[in-house]
Amino acid sequence: MANNIGSALLAALITAIVVAPVFGLQLVRQGARTLMAPHWDLVALASATVFVFHLVRPWLARAFGSIRLPTLPAAPTGGDRRVIFLLIALAVVWPFFGGRSQVDIATLVLIYVMLGLGLNIVVGFAGLLDLGFVGFYAVGAYTYALLYHWAGWGFWEALPLAGATSALFGFVLGFPVLRLRGDYLAIVTLGFGEIIRLLLTNLTWLTGGPDGISGIPKPSVFGIEMARRPSTEGGTTLHQLLGLPFDNQHMVVYLYLMALMLALFTLFVSNRLVRMPIGRAWEALREDEIACRSLGLNPTRIKLSAFTLGAMFAGFGGAFFAARQGLVNPESFTFIESALILAIVVLGGMGSQLGVILAAILLTVLPELAREFAEYRMLMFGLVMVLMMMWRPQGLLPMKRPHVELAP
Amino acid sequence: MSDFIPQLTQQLFNGLSLGAIYALIAIGYTMVYGIIGMINFAHGEIYMIGAYVGLVTLTAIGTQSGLPVPMIVAAMLIVAVAVTGAYGFAIERVAYRPVRGGPRLVALISAIGMSIFLQNWVALGQGARDMAVPALISGAIQLDLGSDFNVTLPYSRIMIIVVTVALMIALTLYIRHSRMGRASRACSQDMHMANLLGIDTNRIISFTFVLGAMLAAVGGVLIAVTIGKLNPFIGFIAGIKAFTAAVLGGIGSIPGAMLGGVLLGLAETFAAAYISSQYKDIVAFLLLVLILLFRPTGLLGKPEVEKV
Repeated sequence: MANNIGSALLAALITAIVVAPVFGLQLVRQGARTLMAPHWDLVALASATVFVFHLVRPWLARAFGSIRLPTLPAAPTGGDRRVIFLLIALAVVWPFFGGRSQVDIATLVLIYVMLGLGLNIVVGFAGLLDLGFVGFYAVGAYTYALLYHWAGWGFWEALPLAGATSALFGFVLGFPVLRLRGDYLAIVTLGFGEIIRLLLTNLTWLTGGPDGISGIPKPSVFGIEMARRPSTEGGTTLHQLLGLPFDNQHMVVYLYLMALMLALFTLFVSNRLVRMPIGRAWEALREDEIACRSLGLNPTRIKLSAFTLGAMFAGFGGAFFAARQGLVNPESFTFIESALILAIVVLGGMGSQLGVILAAILLTVLPELAREFAEYRMLMFGLVMVLMMMWRPQGLLPMKRPHVELAP
Repeated sequence: MSDFIPQLTQQLFNGLSLGAIYALIAIGYTMVYGIIGMINFAHGEIYMIGAYVGLVTLTAIGTQSGLPVPMIVAAMLIVAVAVTGAYGFAIERVAYRPVRGGPRLVALISAIGMSIFLQNWVALGQGARDMAVPALISGAIQLDLGSDFNVTLPYSRIMIIVVTVALMIALTLYIRHSRMGRASRACSQDMHMANLLGIDTNRIISFTFVLGAMLAAVGGVLIAVTIGKLNPFIGFIAGIKAFTAAVLGGIGSIPGAMLGGVLLGLAETFAAAYISSQYKDIVAFLLLVLILLFRPTGLLGKPEVEKV
């Protein structure tokens, strides 16, 4: 017990040292001078909390040690078709009855679902930690923006090309770096993501620099514009064609449906891919690279295919993002965005698609609900990442794979 | 006479002082990597926290205190080193020790989470906006090399180089001759063997984190005094660049980190001077990618063999 109190005192002392200069002595600017506003109560509070926590921890561990964290059921690999169709039908129908802001948030969720599923191919299936995923997202967004700006292309023409351009970037950048080991690869991809962002910021003549490109049109419905008035003389818009009064809500619902379509497409393709020989090879490579090599698999080619496909989905997501926002600038593609997408994959459970979808919903909807705590958002986000790695590194809904075990 | 030589001298000096800062941070990366093989992604944040603690100390002393400037700087350094040492210790205990021994990616993701946490921790406590650091050391040596262009060597940058060189010598001697240094070298060669021989490896790992954090804090205080402003997000880019420096010199090698830091500082300064200042960050990232591609072991590193 005495030993315990000693270590708790030490922990409290360290907490005090750690908290004091950041929260205890807050710097306040007053005109040209910087003054100090001491908040010793915060320091005392933090130290006391740590002290008490440290004392009761052995007891807590005993109390909660026997309780297993809920091991959620393994993500169903096949699933009941009827349930899936019902869920999709529900997802298609509800926005017609939902409020505008809810549908808008749902669209955002679907963008992150798409990105999460794309990154899941790279991180979850193939086990390559990619910290520059947002770079490919940016390439997709800027492909559409630039094609519109310089050549007047519409969304539907630009979408395949945005995916293709991102995939090409993934291929060209991935080719040399995929020989590297896990954590080196992570840092190199982070470097690529930053290089892409810095280039977008600095190539002002092409990309508009920090201001980006604005006025990007929303997607059309089979070539028919969706706006209050036709942008060209003699054109018709959708609401005129259908004889409906103009309503902004239509656009919101339409964007939602498109995002849903893209997300379902991503889900379908990645779900099929992972059962193909290439998908099996990804997972085998993740588990043991040396064993794969000795079985005659070419690691570079397998990794490259995962990297390229992941980048392609990021490109689709980027083009859709550009169309939805109507404006792109380099600010949307910082490292934090990469970390957010990575957090979605990690939180969901690497390789588990259902988990990724769940995590995308959680990480997008929770901050929207807790708007008054907006300044704590990133703090909590970092903390959750650390805690998840400690307690449940396999994610919320880890995928259970069919496997055979030798009898002991 | 042309301005070429004076310009070159000026850029060399600037690059050297920038590189000294990178070297100070890079040592922390390289020591941690050498001993437990993980990239301490939150190390850049320690540098930023060091700078903030320096500013808090300076504000507490006040600029009109009448104390001699070297004493004020020394006080800033001592307080910053003490506090960031506690940070290094606490971070290792809270975020890295529980995941040690697991897959590398788990530790890396935990470190990324820690980095995001610390940035916003400081942003919440001290505000996310730029803070001005009062100019403590002004003046410069003007060097006339016989042309129109005078080489300016500000005292603050001279201080960076002097302090860094002194610390490097002290660190090298410490690692080479002290008990702790010998134990930590043993750990980086073979952790299990060191443990069997009675070295408390947990203590050595904590010591490594604390030492690395202290050196980064020195870098933070020195740069805050020189540049004159800071914000909670300066650690990210500086951290990545210092990591580049560590990789350039050969990760795991302390002299390599020193060399890599200086080389990176020079490369960046010359790129800013002779190509374009907008692209200086790209130069650092490009250098990182190129080294990892062509010489992943760095300049002074030993090749690592992967075994089954």
